[in-house]
Amino acid sequence: MKTFKLGGVHPPENKFSSGAAIEKLPLPKRAFIPVTQHLGAPAALVVNRGDEVKTGQLIAKSSGFISANIHSPVTGKVFKVDNVMDVSGYKRKALIIDVAEDDWEEGIDTSDDIVREITLTKEQIIERMAEMGIVGLGGATFPTHVKMMVPKGKTAEYLIINGVECEPYLTSDHRLMLEKGEEILIGATILMKALGVEKAMVGIENNKPDAIEHLSKLAKEFKGITVHALKVKYPQGGEKQLIKALTGREVPSGKLPIETGCVVDNVGTAYAVYEAVQKNKPLIERVVTVTGHAAKQPSNFLARVGTPIAQLIEHAGGMPEDLGKVIGGGPMMGKALMNTEVPVVKGTSGILLMQKEESKRVAVKNCIRCSRCVGVCPMGLEPFLLAQLVEHQLWERTENEKVMDCIECGSCQYTCPSGRPLLDYIRLGKFKVGQIIRSRGKK
Amino acid sequence: MDKLLTISGSPHIHADESVKKIMYSVIYALIPAMLVSLYFFGLDALRVIAVSVIACVVVEYLIQKYLIKGDLTINDGSAIVTGVLLAFNVPSNLPTWIIIVGAVVAIGIAKMAFGGLGKNPFNPALVGRVFLLISFPVQMTSWPVPKPLFAKALTDAVTGPTPLGALKDELKKGDTVQQIMDHGIKFIENGKEVVYHIPSYMDSFFGDMGGSLGEMSAIALLIGAAYMLFKKVITWEIPTAYIGSVVIFTGILWLIDPSHYINPVYHLLFGGLILGAFFMATDMVSSPMTRMGMIVFGLGCGIITVVIRLWGGYPEGVSFAILIMNAFVPLINQSFKPVRFGKVEKKK
Repeated sequence: MKTFKLGGVHPPENKFSSGAAIEKLPLPKRAFIPVTQHLGAPAALVVNRGDEVKTGQLIAKSSGFISANIHSPVTGKVFKVDNVMDVSGYKRKALIIDVAEDDWEEGIDTSDDIVREITLTKEQIIERMAEMGIVGLGGATFPTHVKMMVPKGKTAEYLIINGVECEPYLTSDHRLMLEKGEEILIGATILMKALGVEKAMVGIENNKPDAIEHLSKLAKEFKGITVHALKVKYPQGGEKQLIKALTGREVPSGKLPIETGCVVDNVGTAYAVYEAVQKNKPLIERVVTVTGHAAKQPSNFLARVGTPIAQLIEHAGGMPEDLGKVIGGGPMMGKALMNTEVPVVKGTSGILLMQKEESKRVAVKNCIRCSRCVGVCPMGLEPFLLAQLVEHQLWERTENEKVMDCIECGSCQYTCPSGRPLLDYIRLGKFKVGQIIRSRGKK
Repeated sequence: MDKLLTISGSPHIHADESVKKIMYSVIYALIPAMLVSLYFFGLDALRVIAVSVIACVVVEYLIQKYLIKGDLTINDGSAIVTGVLLAFNVPSNLPTWIIIVGAVVAIGIAKMAFGGLGKNPFNPALVGRVFLLISFPVQMTSWPVPKPLFAKALTDAVTGPTPLGALKDELKKGDTVQQIMDHGIKFIENGKEVVYHIPSYMDSFFGDMGGSLGEMSAIALLIGAAYMLFKKVITWEIPTAYIGSVVIFTGILWLIDPSHYINPVYHLLFGGLILGAFFMATDMVSSPMTRMGMIVFGLGCGIITVVIRLWGGYPEGVSFAILIMNAFVPLINQSFKPVRFGKVEKKK
C-alpha cells in the first residue's frame, strides 16, 4: 500500500465521532465574523453598523492578490464592528451580527438536488471561486482561486484530492466523503476543468475503508478520477507528503507543489467548490468535528461561520466539568484556544476537548540524543539540532540546517522521550530566520 | 468565562514514551545475560552486579544532591543501566573496592562531570571499565573458570584464560591455529600443569568459557537484543555495521591464511563483540544521530576492534573501539546529514 517514505509517526487514532452523521447546527443568536479567515490580506468590509444583511450576502471584499471574499453566514442586523478574539488568540477585526430568521440571498440554490452538468468555462469557474470566497478547508485556508492560476512556464498534470485526514480524532472529512461523496467528485471535476488537467487522484488512509469503498464506487462514473488507499501514517495529509505518497514526486525544498505538476485540494474544499459553482452558494458553513476524551457526545456538525464554539460544545453533550484544553483543529497541529467564545471560521475543521490531566505537557528532561526526532521527521531534518541552534540563537546555522523546510507537523515533539518542546524552538527559529530572509530581500 | 484553559503550542499529545521507559527496557534486555552469569559464577556474579549497580546509583545521588544540588534523576534508570553494564565488563572475582572505583569513574567522571545523562560524550560504563583495565591490569585479567550451578568442577583450575587471550599468546609463539585447537594450551597454575582447550562453538554460544561477567553467552545477549529491537530502543544500523565489518574483515584474513587467523565465527562468539555491538555501541547518548552516521560509526567500531584484537597490545578491543569511535561522533554528526525531503541537487 502506498505511503510517503521519510519519517512519520502513528499516534492513537481515537476517531470517536466517525460514526456520527453530520448534524445541522441551529443558528447562533449572535454571529462573530472575523475579516481574516484566510491566508493573505484581510478582507475589506462593505457593510456598516446597522446594515441589514441576508444570508450569503457579500460583507467583506477580497483586498489583494492573495485574499478572499467573506459572505454573511446569517440574516440579521450588523450590531457593530469590533475586535474579537479568533482562533489565533489575537483580537482581530470582526463583524458582529444579531441573527434574525434565516433569509438567503437570491440566486442561491439551497436544495439538496445534485447538479452534475458543469456549464461554466475554466475562467468562469475560477472567477466564481473567487466570488464565493472559497479557501482551502484543510487548515491552511489558502484562497483556492489563486491556487488554480498555474504560474507561467509550469503545467499542472494531476489534481490531488486530500481525503487523508491524518490528524487523530478529526472525522469531518470522513463524514463528508460518506455523505457528500458525489458532490465531492463533481467538485473535483470542476477543479480539474479549472486547472486543465485530465487526471485526479483521491488519497484516503485505509482507516476509513467505508469512505474508500464509497468513493471508489462513485468514481467509476467520473472520467479521470481514481481513488487510492494509503497506509495510515501521520502527517500524510501534508501536501508534500501526500504528493510523494501518490506520485512518488518530491516537492523541491523552498518550492511550491506545482513544481511536481500537482495541485492538492482538500475534500472539504472540493465540496465547497461544488456548492459555489453548481449551486451558487458562498462558503459560509462547514463541517466541524467536536470530539476528544472530554467530549460527552462526539459529533460532526454542519455549522455556520461565526457560530461561537461554546455553542458547538453545548450541542455535543455540554461543557465538560473536567475541561483542560480546547483545541481548534486536531491534536497534532491544532491551536489551543483562549476561550470558547471564539467563532467558527472557514478553517475550523474540529474542536478537540481535552481533559485536565491530558492537557499537561510532560516534564522536560535532558536530550538523550536518541535520534528519534530525526527518524520521524518527514522532511529529513534534525529537530534536536534545530532546537539547540535556536536555543543558542545561531540563526545562520539554523537557516543552513533547513529550518524553513519544517512543516510544523509536530512528529518530533510528539515522539521525544525527554518531552522536549522541539517544535516551540523550531517555530521560533522559523520566525527569526523568516525575518532575516525578508530583510535580506529588501536590501 | 469561568474556566481557565491551558494554552500551549502544538502538538497537544505525546507518545507514551519516556527516558525511564527506554532505560528499563534496556535493563529488562540485560536480564537473560544476567541469569547466565549467575548460573556460571553464582554468588560472585550477584556480588559484582549488586555492588556495581548500588555504587553507580549512590554516586549519582551524592553528586546530584551535594555537588550539583540539582534535580535528582536517579529514578530514570540510567545509572542502573551503567551499573549493570560495568558489572558485565569485569571478571566475576573482581574485589569489591575495585568495582566501586570503577563506578565512581563511570558515573562521576564519564557522566556527571559532563553534565549528566545526555551530555556525556563517552559511554560511562566503558570509561569505567577501561579505567580499571589500565589501573588494575592483574585483577582485571584474571578470569575465573565458569562453574555451572549444581555441576562438579571439571578442572582444578580456578582461573583460566579467555579464548581470545589464549589464542593471541599462542599464535605469537608461532603455533598455528590448527595446533592450538587440537592440543590445547598448557600453562602452569599453582605449580600444576593445566591444559586449556579452546571452547567449541556450542560452548561459546551458550557462554561456557572464560571472560567478563556478561559477555559470555551469545544466545542470552541476542535474546535481549531482539527485545530491544522489538521495543525500538535500538535500531539495526550500528549492530549490523559493527558485527558485519568484524565478520567480513576477519573472514578475509582467515581465507587468506587460516593457519594464523581464526575463523570469523570465533571472533563473533569470543570476547565482548555481541555485548558491545548491541548494548554499548548503541548507547543513544554517545552514538551518531543519523542512519548513515550510525553505519559509519559501526564500521569504525568493527575495524578498530579487529585491528586491536589481531595486532594490538590487548587481546580484546571492543571497549577501546567503541570509546575511540565515541570521540568521532560529533564529527560524524557534522558529516552525515539525513536525506532531506525535496533536496535540490546542486548544479555542477
